[in-house]
Amino acid sequence: MHAGFTRAAALAVVMCGLGAGSALAQEKIVISQWDAYWPADLLANFTKETGIQAEWAVQIDNEDMMGKVTASGGKGYDVVFASSPFVEALAHLGLIAELDHSKIPNLANLFKEAQELPYDPGNKHSVPYTWGTTGLCYRSDLMKAAPTSWNDLLKPADELKGKITMLSTDRWLMAAGLKDLGYSVNSTNADELAKTKDLLIAAKKNLLAYDDTTFYSKLVSGEATLVHAWDGWCNFGVAENAAIKFVIPKEGSDLFVDTMVVTAASEHKDAAHAFINYVLRPDVHASIMAFTLYKVPNQKAVDLVDKNLLTTYPTLAITSETLFQQELLRDLGDNQKDFTRVVTEILAAQ
Amino acid sequence: MSEAVRRLVLLGPGLGWLAIFLVLPCAIVFVYSFFERGTYGGIDYIFTLENYARAADPLYLSILLTSARVAVITTVAALVIGYPAAYLIATAPKPWQMPLLILVMLPFWSNYLIRTYAWIVLLNNQGLINYGLQELGVINEPLPMLYNEFAIVVGLLYGYLPFMVLALYSSISRLNREIFEASADLGASSLRTFVRVTVPLTIPGIAAGSVFVFVLSIGNFVTPNLLGGGRSLMVGNLIFDQFLSARDWPFGAALAFVLIGLMMLLLIAQAWAVNRSQRNDAHA
Repeated sequence: MHAGFTRAAALAVVMCGLGAGSALAQEKIVISQWDAYWPADLLANFTKETGIQAEWAVQIDNEDMMGKVTASGGKGYDVVFASSPFVEALAHLGLIAELDHSKIPNLANLFKEAQELPYDPGNKHSVPYTWGTTGLCYRSDLMKAAPTSWNDLLKPADELKGKITMLSTDRWLMAAGLKDLGYSVNSTNADELAKTKDLLIAAKKNLLAYDDTTFYSKLVSGEATLVHAWDGWCNFGVAENAAIKFVIPKEGSDLFVDTMVVTAASEHKDAAHAFINYVLRPDVHASIMAFTLYKVPNQKAVDLVDKNLLTTYPTLAITSETLFQQELLRDLGDNQKDFTRVVTEILAAQ
Repeated sequence: MSEAVRRLVLLGPGLGWLAIFLVLPCAIVFVYSFFERGTYGGIDYIFTLENYARAADPLYLSILLTSARVAVITTVAALVIGYPAAYLIATAPKPWQMPLLILVMLPFWSNYLIRTYAWIVLLNNQGLINYGLQELGVINEPLPMLYNEFAIVVGLLYGYLPFMVLALYSSISRLNREIFEASADLGASSLRTFVRVTVPLTIPGIAAGSVFVFVLSIGNFVTPNLLGGGRSLMVGNLIFDQFLSARDWPFGAALAFVLIGLMMLLLIAQAWAVNRSQRNDAHA
């Protein structure tokens, strides 16, 4: 049809960032994204600047997103947010489009590490949105000594017993034990999984609870003293009590990347690219960092962010070098089945 | 003929609704349970019985047993607490019955999740109950009331007690009071009347209420997560995890069907109990 014209218009939008009245203005894209994972006015601002309508389809989690996208073959969605192991799965299933870098000039703003991620070197079909790690989030005012190791969580001192929570989401629950024992977070070795299982079952006795969603409020209330947490979510606790601190255990941890992809079935690929380019604009990505309290893989955005934010929330100051010393979570493919069984055994252990 | 048309028109919407939104999805899930898990999610259409073989693994049976234990304890507690309440409402003066029933149903006006969170506020170590008891000097250390099986039972009992009370109420209120007088006239004590007359006649209500509470409890996964702190895994959580984190829809489907099978057996037993008691009524 008017492919040439549309592409030119898209480029114009991309270049100047304000293209109301262009051919794209008539378009509407649907974006599948988690709740509260971007500033509330982001879509409205995007529409104001580009004229592209954007509809937000809330996803509960990666699995919910996978269900929606695999069931429809990606039809009905233009941009989808997904954690990196799921990007691998989506790519294997052929559900996501190869990106046209000429339409995303802001890719140049990314940290160099973010341009060479092992699951998608060169950002062929995914663009990192946020990244982070898991570690120990704790009440420094209630602990005698600051925790340094996964052992502080898994083999706690007496005064911490019954005041600890752990994540129960399979990959992260296992990562704590695997890393403590010096194994890979992506291990599928039966012997290593068995040893990790024994360690995590023994650790279960000392837990207050498994908690994937409200661990920070348990720290604030004092119900818990030490919790296993994603760095960004630990900050929700820090916001309420400055005595709450975060540390990456010395044995190392995982690296997770949440990304944006364009579905292969999208009928508005130019508009979808324009959206990704908009997110990567330094001021926009910086506002996302300030809102979500997760690190963003965007060098120019980090340079732009208010320095007070980095002192208030020290996890935001973790450098991309430190982050890359952690181990990237990879999709486990067929081995996921054995992995899940081990997790079930741990969670079912009395 | 017009009678048949009338029936069809009246039944049609309800049956259609059930067929499209209950029978069809269940059929899809049933079919899924005989295929293999796709490596990257979804289904590989290769026939297998492995999912059902896996469901019989001791690990999963022990989870089913834990769930059944929690559901049985909840059901018995609901019966013990619900029976006197239902009896009182059913025998209260007529003008009082409707307001009392509305009170029983009142909790349904707010969301189950919010009510569950309210229990966290009450039961946690810094919660109202522990704080109150410590302030009063009754206890020195907080009682561990949250993140264990006790909390799960409390949450389920709170959530599903109204079903028990309503089922019992409808059964008790149908009793002919003259039967009690006859029993007393024949020299039975009130306890004997209750055990030999009231309870047998309200078996349909007891069965219906118990099945409601048991079935709802055994499949629940929100309460074990929130109040149980994820420390005990129930079969609802197991199915949830298979579909969501393990990307193993076929196995999740097989587990769901084992659970549905169990519930069907209970419903058949309940229908049988009701049937038998009605037949006895007819003879009497």
